[in-house]
Amino acid sequence: MATLAVEVVYRGIFQRTLARNIVRQIVFAARKDNKIGTAFGRYSDSPERNGIPAKQFAIVCDTALELEESLAVYEATNVDVTINLDDAMCKGIESWAWYGLQPINELTRPGGTLIVTSRQDADALLEDIHQKASAYNLAIIPSTVSFSGLWVYKDDHTDMRVLGTLCKVCPDLVSLKAMKDSVNEQTGSDTKVSSVQMAFDRTTTRPVEPGEGNHETPFSFDLPGWKNMEEGLVIRAIPEGGGFRGGDEGYQPARNEVFKKWSTRSMRPVINFETCIKCTLCWLQCPDTCFDVTPDGLYDANMESCCGCGVCEAVCPVPDCVTMVSESEFNDNNSQWEAWTADKDSYNKWSTVLVEKQKSETRSHGFHHVGGYEEEIKAEEA
Amino acid sequence: MATAQTALYQEPKEELISGSEAIGIACALADVDVITAYPIRPYDTVMQYVSRLKADGAFDFDYIIAESEHSQFEIVKHASAVGARTFTGSSGVGWFYAFEAITVTAGLRMPVVAMVGNRALDDPGAFGVEHNDAMAVRDLGWHLYWVATAQEALDMALIAWKVAEDPRVLLPFALSCDGSFLTHSQAIVQVPSQGQVKKFLPDYKRGTLQLHPDNPITVAPQVNEDWLMEIRKQTDEAMRRTSAVIIEAYDEFKEVFGRGDPSPFIEEYMCEDAEIILVGMGTLAMPTRVAVRRMREAGKKVGFLRIKFFRPFPTQELQNALRGAKGIAVIDRDYSYGSPAYGGVLFHELRSTMYPMDERPVMLNFIAGLGGREVMVHDINEIVETTQKAVDTGKIDQETTWVAVREQ
Repeated sequence: MATLAVEVVYRGIFQRTLARNIVRQIVFAARKDNKIGTAFGRYSDSPERNGIPAKQFAIVCDTALELEESLAVYEATNVDVTINLDDAMCKGIESWAWYGLQPINELTRPGGTLIVTSRQDADALLEDIHQKASAYNLAIIPSTVSFSGLWVYKDDHTDMRVLGTLCKVCPDLVSLKAMKDSVNEQTGSDTKVSSVQMAFDRTTTRPVEPGEGNHETPFSFDLPGWKNMEEGLVIRAIPEGGGFRGGDEGYQPARNEVFKKWSTRSMRPVINFETCIKCTLCWLQCPDTCFDVTPDGLYDANMESCCGCGVCEAVCPVPDCVTMVSESEFNDNNSQWEAWTADKDSYNKWSTVLVEKQKSETRSHGFHHVGGYEEEIKAEEA
Repeated sequence: MATAQTALYQEPKEELISGSEAIGIACALADVDVITAYPIRPYDTVMQYVSRLKADGAFDFDYIIAESEHSQFEIVKHASAVGARTFTGSSGVGWFYAFEAITVTAGLRMPVVAMVGNRALDDPGAFGVEHNDAMAVRDLGWHLYWVATAQEALDMALIAWKVAEDPRVLLPFALSCDGSFLTHSQAIVQVPSQGQVKKFLPDYKRGTLQLHPDNPITVAPQVNEDWLMEIRKQTDEAMRRTSAVIIEAYDEFKEVFGRGDPSPFIEEYMCEDAEIILVGMGTLAMPTRVAVRRMREAGKKVGFLRIKFFRPFPTQELQNALRGAKGIAVIDRDYSYGSPAYGGVLFHELRSTMYPMDERPVMLNFIAGLGGREVMVHDINEIVETTQKAVDTGKIDQETTWVAVREQ
């Protein structure tokens, strides 16, 4: 008699098929072990938005009665395994429905496992992952984060590697044999079966102690009741802004106090202030009004409201002035302009290294997504 | 009009599918001729699934993507008139946009089968389940059925065509499926073989009512007061006849497929000897059954009655099943502003059902789960506590209670 639950946390659209493959395959494999299960995506994530964190679940039980018991709570409050398909989400997640920052391991039960696909090591990831009061395990699948698109799927075996790892860290969920038999039946691919086996063999887990991890308190806010809400479905506009950081010069728009866009980003813009020609295009085109105008007339992307769409990079006429960089490279949301002003040489060196490193990353963001593919295929052919 | 038989399901097979996909498969098994579509969540999940079956060459049918829901329902109505087996559907305000066509479909006695993916009515724009959308056809001559599981979705879709197309009935059939909980959750479903379905579901034959050059007729004339009452009475009689046809079809279904409940109209869960009976529809069954089971384990005499057919309303079955209960808690996933009890539609129907009884139980109404908010086991416990208090004191402080609504 047992009920086991797995959640897959993924980037909306870009990793949808990947997440779906994983949860469905779990249920198929469980059938081979004579168990019963269900797979579903969190309804409130849909229609999915490009890159916005979303979840799918797989529940596996010994009996149909237990399955009904577990589905009495539709969205699980407690899972045996959390699978995070983009290490940038180790910083926490929010759905587009906005409920405050949820630590990536919030639902991971005591003694459960968090699986992350990442090129970072455990210590680096734990700088982002919020602390928990109970111990759990961390398993890292060493890999470039797998991104696709809505219409195409990059079949790079990430799903198989996750499933192999899952069999290792949670053998009660589904046996390796059942998983391999089922993958073979569903895909008919020997190489996929061997990817499952290989991931199983290579999996190592690291125990995470209570209190270990990021000590920041996750951002939260209260939802008002009906007596305190304005009638007629009215939402008041945010007042206009003022000078940069309250000063007399520059300009900073006032911003929504609860609508923080940290977790929506898989990448963020890094600005080269030396080459900026002050053309205003990034400021003008940013759909989220995220650029603050500094007293010296430069444009500072404010990380409270940048959603990581990458429009600024696309419209900037200067090569390498705005570059989208993987969000996992950052541990804070501080102002780049302030860092540059404080120490220009250090900033320029730091940003040059980052931008160079970025060239080997392939991540999707709102404006550029891997699903577009055409240019990538051309690049590979060339 | 019959299209080539699908190559799918030569043998029965187990599938991992959502309630919407189950209905898509039922369309293929029933060899539906014409499907019309216009996208709106959560109904669009059926649309996507039948598109895929067509693209894969697994199911051959005329697929018409209309320019709006209104046309979508008009097209199936006309297709049904010429003898095509039809399927369509919508959700929320999409269903409402089609309303002119929806009313005439029943009036003209077209056995269209539609899936309503239950969704809150805008504004505010919301995708979550609410039953007010489908409820709106309750006075029009449509069958209205609330599905609880993906398996039931497939099974009832097959039964829907059989009942709706029966020459004694010829009334459209709406399958109401809770958005998210049913339309987007994948469950293990037993899919029957094409052969079994063929045995169960006869071809749709409209006979002398079929619009065809060999059978020259006019459909849908303009009338005046000399005619309308008689026409309405005919539809009324058809709706009265359908209960017997439903029982017949359901019994036959159980015989062919080897599954089904004792009654096609209601599902009783631990209702025998229950002092308090909870009543609700659709996927509300899931948390409610679990709550009831736990309360029974603690020695409390509680039961759950799920109403499956909302139209025709199973008055007799409900009177029999609820006779002897001291308290009845009706959980509505809908609301009727300014109604007699300032309550839900189901509550008022049920209260009216219980009025002729010699001994009337205490009846309370609970509004829960609007817009897709989850109804939790502890919500059900509170509902039972409130009802118990009213039974014990014989006093009703408040007829209708909103469950888990934020006040401040």
